[in-house]
Amino acid sequence: MEQKGSFWLPPQSSTTAHEIDALFYFILWASVVVMVGVTFFMVYYAWKYRRRSHADRPVEVHPSKALELSWVVVPSLLVLVVFFWGFKTFVSAGIPPDNAYEIRVVAKQWLWEFEYPNGTHSVGDLYVPVGEPVELVMTSTDVLHSFFVPDFRVKHDVVPNRYSTVWFEVKEAGEYQVFCTEYCGTSHSEMYAKVIAVDRGTFNQWLQSGGGGEDLPLPRLGEQLYTQQACVTCHSIDGSVKVGPSWLGHWGQTRPFADGGSAVMDANYVAESITMPQAHIVEGFANAAMPAYPNLTERQLAGIVAYIRELNGDWSAADSVAAASDSTAAPADSAAVPAAAEPVPAE
Amino acid sequence: MSTVATAPARTEPVQRAYPPGHEPVHNYLHEPGPGPDVHGFQRFWEIFKSWATTVDHKRIGVMYLFTISIFFAVAGIAALGVRAELLAPGSQFLTADQYNKLFTFHGVVMVFLFIIPSIPASLGNFILPIQLGAKDVAFPKLNLMSYYLFLTGASIALYAIFSGGIDTGWTFYTPYSDTTNTAVLPMTMAVFVAGFATILTGINFIVTIHKMRAPGLTWNRLPLFIWALYAVSIVQILATPVIGITMVLLALERFIGIGIFDPALGGDPVLFQHFFWFYSHPAVYIMILPAFGVISELMGTFSRQKVFGYRAIALSSVAIAMLGFMVWGHHMFVSGQSPLSSIVFSVITFLIGVPSGIKILNWVATMYKGSVWLATPMLFALAFLFLFTIGGLTGIMVGAIGVDIHLHDTYFVVAHFHYVMMGGTVFAMVGALFYWWPKMFGRMMSETWGRISAVVMFFGFNMTFFTQFILGSQGMPRRYFTYLPQYQDLHVVSTIGSWFLALGLLMVLGNMIWSLFRGKPAPGNPWGAATLEWTHTTSPPDHHNFHRTPLVTHGPYDYDVLFSGDGAGGDGAGGVRIAGQPAPIPDPEVGGPQEMEKSVDQGTSQPDSALD
Repeated sequence: MEQKGSFWLPPQSSTTAHEIDALFYFILWASVVVMVGVTFFMVYYAWKYRRRSHADRPVEVHPSKALELSWVVVPSLLVLVVFFWGFKTFVSAGIPPDNAYEIRVVAKQWLWEFEYPNGTHSVGDLYVPVGEPVELVMTSTDVLHSFFVPDFRVKHDVVPNRYSTVWFEVKEAGEYQVFCTEYCGTSHSEMYAKVIAVDRGTFNQWLQSGGGGEDLPLPRLGEQLYTQQACVTCHSIDGSVKVGPSWLGHWGQTRPFADGGSAVMDANYVAESITMPQAHIVEGFANAAMPAYPNLTERQLAGIVAYIRELNGDWSAADSVAAASDSTAAPADSAAVPAAAEPVPAE
Repeated sequence: MSTVATAPARTEPVQRAYPPGHEPVHNYLHEPGPGPDVHGFQRFWEIFKSWATTVDHKRIGVMYLFTISIFFAVAGIAALGVRAELLAPGSQFLTADQYNKLFTFHGVVMVFLFIIPSIPASLGNFILPIQLGAKDVAFPKLNLMSYYLFLTGASIALYAIFSGGIDTGWTFYTPYSDTTNTAVLPMTMAVFVAGFATILTGINFIVTIHKMRAPGLTWNRLPLFIWALYAVSIVQILATPVIGITMVLLALERFIGIGIFDPALGGDPVLFQHFFWFYSHPAVYIMILPAFGVISELMGTFSRQKVFGYRAIALSSVAIAMLGFMVWGHHMFVSGQSPLSSIVFSVITFLIGVPSGIKILNWVATMYKGSVWLATPMLFALAFLFLFTIGGLTGIMVGAIGVDIHLHDTYFVVAHFHYVMMGGTVFAMVGALFYWWPKMFGRMMSETWGRISAVVMFFGFNMTFFTQFILGSQGMPRRYFTYLPQYQDLHVVSTIGSWFLALGLLMVLGNMIWSLFRGKPAPGNPWGAATLEWTHTTSPPDHHNFHRTPLVTHGPYDYDVLFSGDGAGGDGAGGVRIAGQPAPIPDPEVGGPQEMEKSVDQGTSQPDSALD
């Protein structure tokens, strides 16, 4: 990001940010003036009229009606000015221009999913063109979330069964942090996403590629997906237990399930866990509600499997050579996951 | 039944001659109890029983004070835990789930079990009837029942916490609270039951204020603390049922899935927010209005000056109470309510800021040409003025609808409401405790340590929470277990500040405990105040507060009557003399800066209704 933020506020990276900032600074400085005034008189009176003896008596003060009236009227007018100003910025920041580029957003525990008009999906990375108004039409599939980009000064709650919208126009290419600001459970504080603002040409290219990653070797693709698809929120790669089991240390082992069954953690099991996460849940993680990823391509699934294998030291250069055939060996879709690898669950 | 003796002999002999029939009976701390022959557990049990079944408003007030202090301490320790976890990004000593339960615990206990009952239930119960010149509240048994309802609610809340805890945040937003597998059900019941305690206390206060004022105590002579409690009681009665019903609906939703709030069942999660804030915004005024009352008393007494704009302050309390019901939507500017209602709520929010602003200016003006005594309670009052002004001005910031879009649900909001709740209500409450402690327990607290604690608390508070304004405007969202590295510096400063704040509060606690055992016996009117609890009863007050109903002849802040021998007793009798000596009440020495160093004449300087 080229622009620097100030002491109080992050950089103004959207076209509407400066309006909100102007009001922020107006209230800030008006408040500083009021604070200095109140503090001055407090300290001055406390010193000037300090008690000098036990029998110190006050001088009778006749309250001045004009004075009392003045501090009713002046603050009232001041706050009305602030109201109208705030109202104006709210309206201009609230109504998207007609030509806004629409992107659909689905929030779930704990990731952001973006769908573009041509059907391209991405998770965690929101690509937008620079210099064009973008409107996000957002909904949630579980609990409340809230979409917040500090650098754009936009925020709106994302509510299940409703569409809410925000819009912004990014001024400069760059990456901007997205936060979830409505408390949504365990990994609320890691429900991050990035707005990646690129010029229109790069954006179109990215759209056509359907999310990118074609030319990467499988483990690198998996590594990229690990953060992009927000797997990182719940699964560690260092063996520590987060919301879900770690990707390190279980490959090839027999995993006990919450319902009593068990299965070896192999490519089939991993693919099933991604496309149908509720089918088999490892013991101790019964409360974790992982969202399903039905939109991942076959190559992406293979990439994740390859990345897990690499993490566990089960991936060699020879595998990389054989990668092409390996990826076709992965299940074509979730229905094709052979059930033979696992015992039949009780349900 | 074991032997029950009459009132025990006072430890120090009463040297003054009292008119026949007006001897002090016994103060409320020394009710008739087990005789000297009862020992051990039996003795403890007798004393426990006499407290547990008391209908004396003073004892109930003390019991509330004790109970809420425990909750304040526990929730405060939770806050220190939250701050310590935030020293660095990632997990320090808690997991994300434990952290979520911890901040929820802090919020729920602080809001529902400490700050809502704080000043009204403890100090209000103790002081209100005495300031009115009454023997007790209108319904003493109802008062005791309120306490036990509160205790029941608190016990259920503790059960909820120990049966797994709850991780929804104190706001219980649906649908998360519908789906989380933590102990939401018992917690909603706890809030429901504790709500009845609030309602009953409100009813009790309103009836007491209407029907039990001493003769001559007109509405225009009511101390501003009473006005504030009156306004609070109205809010308590009208708002609390809404949270009760909301909690029942939430419980039913979880229990049998009635589908009011859960979108999966066709409900509307935004409706829950409307219900919740319809109570919880007025509840903000339940929390802050009593503090306004306290500050009015302190500014008057320690400036020895009539409170400037008495009527404006009195009526603005009521105005705030009423307008407070019409601004709940300002918590929901980005939640999905209609833009039109956001705009309407924004404008009413600004209007409610005006009465609060008027109060601040009036309090500052009260010092003008007064005689300002910077005793500990006054230091806390001045700290309140400073902190609450910041809290109020940042309220303007988050009330401005455009700016709120950026600041909503960030640390800016966290800092804002801590400036109002902690910097406002808690500072006022500590100041009020320093002020009324001598009246409640008959002992003076250490003035030196009191002043040091005020300064340490003020410093620690600003260090903890001012940093959070910057964190918030820089975009740090609230309720975050971990955060991006760019926010760490300010988080570290904030956490260190919280230790200073805790240190200051520990000093206050130590001072209180010290005073109970080692404090100098308090004279009747150590601060030179002019309200009935100081001028017409002993410290601590007698069992019936007054031996004879006082007659009020002047306003609550007419300090000049303390200096004129005539009518100073407020009974219109004019210069009462006892055994040839002028009555000790209008003692011009009282309240002087050197008062603390003077040895107190035990017993004789007690203003007492015996003087009537």
